[in-house]
Amino acid sequence: MTTSVAAPPPRDAARPQQLRRTMRRKQTTIRWIVIAVIMAFFLIPLLSMLYFSLRFPLSGKWTGQAWSNVIHMGSLAASDPADYGQLWTGLKNSAVLVVLTVVIMVVLLVPTMTWVRLRVKWLSRTVEFICLLPLTIPAIVLVVGLGPVYRIVSNVLSTNTIWLCFVYVVLVLPFAYRALDAGLAAIDLTTLSEAARSLGAHWFRVMWQIVLPNIRSAVVSACFISVALVLGEFTIAQLLARDNLQTGIFLVSQSDGQLAVTMSLAALILAFVLLMVLSLFSGDGRRTKGAST
Amino acid sequence: MSAARMETAGAGTAAIGTVASVAPAHGVLVELRDLRRSFGTVRALDGMDLTINPGELVVLLGPSGCGKTTALRVLAGLEDADSGRITVDGRDISSVPTSKRDMGMVFQAYSLFPHMTALQNVEFGLTLRGKGSAERRRIAGNYLELVGLSEQAGRYARQLSGGQQQRVALARALAIEPKVLLLDEPLSALDAKVRVQLRDEIRRIQLELGITTLFVTHDQEEALAVADRVGVMWEGRIQQIASPAELYTAPVNKFVAEFVGLSNPLPGTASEGAATVLGQRVPLLPGSPQSGSVTVLVRPEAVTLVPGPDSAVGTDARSGSVAGTIVGTSFLGATGRAQVRLTDGTLIIAQIASAEVAVLRVGETVDIRLEQVPALAVAPRGA
Repeated sequence: MTTSVAAPPPRDAARPQQLRRTMRRKQTTIRWIVIAVIMAFFLIPLLSMLYFSLRFPLSGKWTGQAWSNVIHMGSLAASDPADYGQLWTGLKNSAVLVVLTVVIMVVLLVPTMTWVRLRVKWLSRTVEFICLLPLTIPAIVLVVGLGPVYRIVSNVLSTNTIWLCFVYVVLVLPFAYRALDAGLAAIDLTTLSEAARSLGAHWFRVMWQIVLPNIRSAVVSACFISVALVLGEFTIAQLLARDNLQTGIFLVSQSDGQLAVTMSLAALILAFVLLMVLSLFSGDGRRTKGAST
Repeated sequence: MSAARMETAGAGTAAIGTVASVAPAHGVLVELRDLRRSFGTVRALDGMDLTINPGELVVLLGPSGCGKTTALRVLAGLEDADSGRITVDGRDISSVPTSKRDMGMVFQAYSLFPHMTALQNVEFGLTLRGKGSAERRRIAGNYLELVGLSEQAGRYARQLSGGQQQRVALARALAIEPKVLLLDEPLSALDAKVRVQLRDEIRRIQLELGITTLFVTHDQEEALAVADRVGVMWEGRIQQIASPAELYTAPVNKFVAEFVGLSNPLPGTASEGAATVLGQRVPLLPGSPQSGSVTVLVRPEAVTLVPGPDSAVGTDARSGSVAGTIVGTSFLGATGRAQVRLTDGTLIIAQIASAEVAVLRVGETVDIRLEQVPALAVAPRGA
């Protein structure tokens, strides 16, 4: 006959399982409450907008007319230039501004930041300060200084709204700088560029084939922020008397509140879809391929 | 690469191809003349001269900050020299940009392009040279086989070990068939075993290709193992450039003697081509002071320890040897080291067979005898 002596249970195991289960349940509940509050914070305004865009406020009748008008904005603009025309112009201008701002920002900032990191490191603090400066200046103050500048721009180029792209590039600088800076810091830029150059690559090729592919996520992040900022910008366009999406929505809201809200929601959805597409585009296929190591 | 012979270089080593299917390089003559480069008040290169003969592997060896990496970077065109001249086969390339210098380089940091596979990395330089897709693939495949990484051609850098990454970097540098191969401490990030394996592979490939190579390292064992000639650098200049054996046995100055291998600086008196050290005569190397008080740099392997029950600490007038007390021993494999303290506090290191080290005990008294190996003498400190 053998007798076995049970070893004393480890300290952790001695803790009642019941207690641990309760704690886990409590943590899960708290987690879900936090998520629910955050979702509510974001979703309630959006759902309210959707509700308002589908239910006619005075009669209480449910209708998809406002959405139909948004979809057929182009044709309606011709027949009702007073309301739809302004909005349609603003929408087109904002679309062009998004593209121009993003392109100028990328072309200006990526090579500059790369060059500063590689060749003139002592200038990095100054560049950072200049790029972050717009963050500290309210848009209304910016407009005071921009007024005379845009008078010259209007004379030299034209009064076209698309020239707002210059000031929008300034506005997106702080956010784009941060995103790109993080991307550049994550790679060994010096070694990679020197390796490429030693293999015979010129600077343009170094930028295009080595630097850009390795900071693609950072560039896309900078683009995200730029798109969101340009689509939502109202103050400068309004004060400089230019027409963009937000000024168009503002004008329409004075005569057709439902259309204005519908357009705002449509713009949000458009921006969201655009960001998703960009996100998918920037998705790194190598991650899945490389998972087998 | 069916024609290539495959061989396995020991356990844990990838199959390595030979040079059969890659074009052997024609070594070029590289000359660096009176190179000067300063960073603020720091003189990284101070009139450096260096000649690398065709097909030769020269190692620049020196402590951190001695200017060796700057010299390599100036040769690669990654740094501009303040003055001086660089020629390759007689052609002045001092003002030629990096991308046109035709030099393959392997860096200390892992430098594979992370968004490309190993094969694409090796193909990169070939694309820049306008090679067609099929030819690129063939050449890149051959060089990957040369470094034993054919199987890993489709892997990204993060899927390769450090040693594998440096091998791919070597293949990438060689694939463009450069005139000169530059190696900037390529092994320093690797663990000891991989380091030795890759070091030997680099030397094998360099010899087979016959490519003129400049290798920079601060590891003297690495330098002595792979080099045709080693240039010891200090304060922006080459102090001595010679074969590893000559560098070790006949250093031209105190810095070289102390930096390459260990040495015991012992006081002595020079006369007639020899010095009296610890009561014994030691022949002096050319360049040593011929008279007066000197410090003789005696290699640890030139010191013999004789244990004896009758030894007493001090000088034995009959044998001419000096006795000291063992204060420490260390086992190094085939050999070992013993530290012996003399009565005046001088510490001497002796490198002896590990079997001899095993019988020594701390506190034991031993006789110290110096072998008749020529040693370098320098003026004593403060003279």
